[in-house]
Amino acid sequence: MKLYARFLCMLFKSQMQYRASFVMLALGQFLVSFTAFLGIRFLFDRFHAVQGFSYEEILLCFSVVLMAFSLTECFVRGFDVFPSLIQSGGLDRILLRPRGVVFQVLTSRMDFSRVGRLVQAVWMLAYAVDNSAMAWTADKVATLALMLAGGVAVFAALFVLYAGLSFLTIEGLEFVNIFTDGSREFGKYPLSIYGEGVLKFYTYVIPVALFQYYPLLYLTGRSDAAGLMFLPLLGFVFLLPCYGFFRWGLRRYQSTGS
Amino acid sequence: MKKYASFFRIRFIAGLQYRAAAWAGIATQFAWGMLTVLMYWAFYQTAPQRFPMRFSQLSSYLWMQQALLAMFMPWFFDSEILLSISSGSVAYELCRPCDLYAMWFVKNMAARLSRTALRCLPILLVAAVIGPPFGLSPPPDFLCGALFLLSAALGFLVLVAYSMLIYLSVFHTLSPTGVRALSTSVVEFLSGAVVPLSFFPEALQPFVYALPFASMQNAPFEIYIGRIDPFQALGVLALQAAWLAALTALGRKLMKRSLRRVVIQGG
Repeated sequence: MKLYARFLCMLFKSQMQYRASFVMLALGQFLVSFTAFLGIRFLFDRFHAVQGFSYEEILLCFSVVLMAFSLTECFVRGFDVFPSLIQSGGLDRILLRPRGVVFQVLTSRMDFSRVGRLVQAVWMLAYAVDNSAMAWTADKVATLALMLAGGVAVFAALFVLYAGLSFLTIEGLEFVNIFTDGSREFGKYPLSIYGEGVLKFYTYVIPVALFQYYPLLYLTGRSDAAGLMFLPLLGFVFLLPCYGFFRWGLRRYQSTGS
Repeated sequence: MKKYASFFRIRFIAGLQYRAAAWAGIATQFAWGMLTVLMYWAFYQTAPQRFPMRFSQLSSYLWMQQALLAMFMPWFFDSEILLSISSGSVAYELCRPCDLYAMWFVKNMAARLSRTALRCLPILLVAAVIGPPFGLSPPPDFLCGALFLLSAALGFLVLVAYSMLIYLSVFHTLSPTGVRALSTSVVEFLSGAVVPLSFFPEALQPFVYALPFASMQNAPFEIYIGRIDPFQALGVLALQAAWLAALTALGRKLMKRSLRRVVIQGG
């Protein structure tokens, strides 16, 4: 843990060396999610609601997904750029060192410019909490925290899965983007609005709805089943098969030559 | 002219080599398109009377966006050109007996068009098979179709002319990442890639439609779905041509200026 803090500090300092570039990049990140927000704003100016969900509820949903995604992108970035680690042979170096592979991949790369997105997410969350009519009791706050934690777990699992797949393909796989970037993009809205089929897919195949749609039902008082509150924890269970797959790939790994 | 044609051909053929990547891209884009259509369907069901067009028109718009994504994507920049500026190898390019602006312009066109050629047909085909209201419908008449092709060509050139300005800015900043990220999100939003421009608030629309970004992908797609009738389309085409002329003139001028005082990096 102490070593992790050291790496964190080191990577942060190194990114701060290019301050102008860092600020611009963070600003760019902010703008990307800001335009996504404006898009929602414009649609709600016109339609006022979507399938019974109000503007504040959508912002609540979007901010949780965006926050989970940007936290994951910041701290689990190493798995996101894993294909380049294989291509460059950097993985061979990692395997030679007397530390865990996961630890080293995590500390090989962090991307603090994602703070731009995080700012946007926090701001939306504050607005949604401030303007929503519901009472923020302790269990609602706990639900929100669990949603966030579950979200980070699911996105982290997807990144690990992506890294595992790159053992087979060496190249990065554009197709996985539909699961990672797609979940962020379409997770802006509760996944039920896309219809039954999509909701099922995002429940049983990629468990995004478990930290997004179902706990949101409880959070907004649409459902009284307190059990929905703990569904995001299943996101941590999703980490297991993804990590298993990564391990399996690692065992078969034969390096990419010089 | 002939040398630029060969630059175009080289880039185009190089781009055609990435076929496996193209298939993965097609699958991704297809899922992306479908989910976007479903998202608007949810809004449509909530308040159909507030929809600015028929739903099948919007579906066609969104599928066209996916099919021609590679042609109009604002985040694509030729990394070779960006690298040549920051590494200093642009000096070699300057020694060649050709116009740097025209050469970069055709290279950009070729890279985008080769990707589009690989990707658009399967998407168009499947989207057409789905049919209305969720799939792609044909344009209302032949004239709209013809005007669409013309407008798409112009819109494409406007986008490339705009991205030339971003390349040129690298002469001053040397690191493209920041400018690129900023420009991408602005262009994406104002060209209708986040939300189609016809869904913007009515009060904003006159301004947004006049900007060069509206002349990129929004204009041809709205002509295709018949939201702009052929007579109005002539005005839109004129606006596109005007922006193209303005952006190329500006780009050439900036290039002249940055080349006059360029300092080549590295020894």
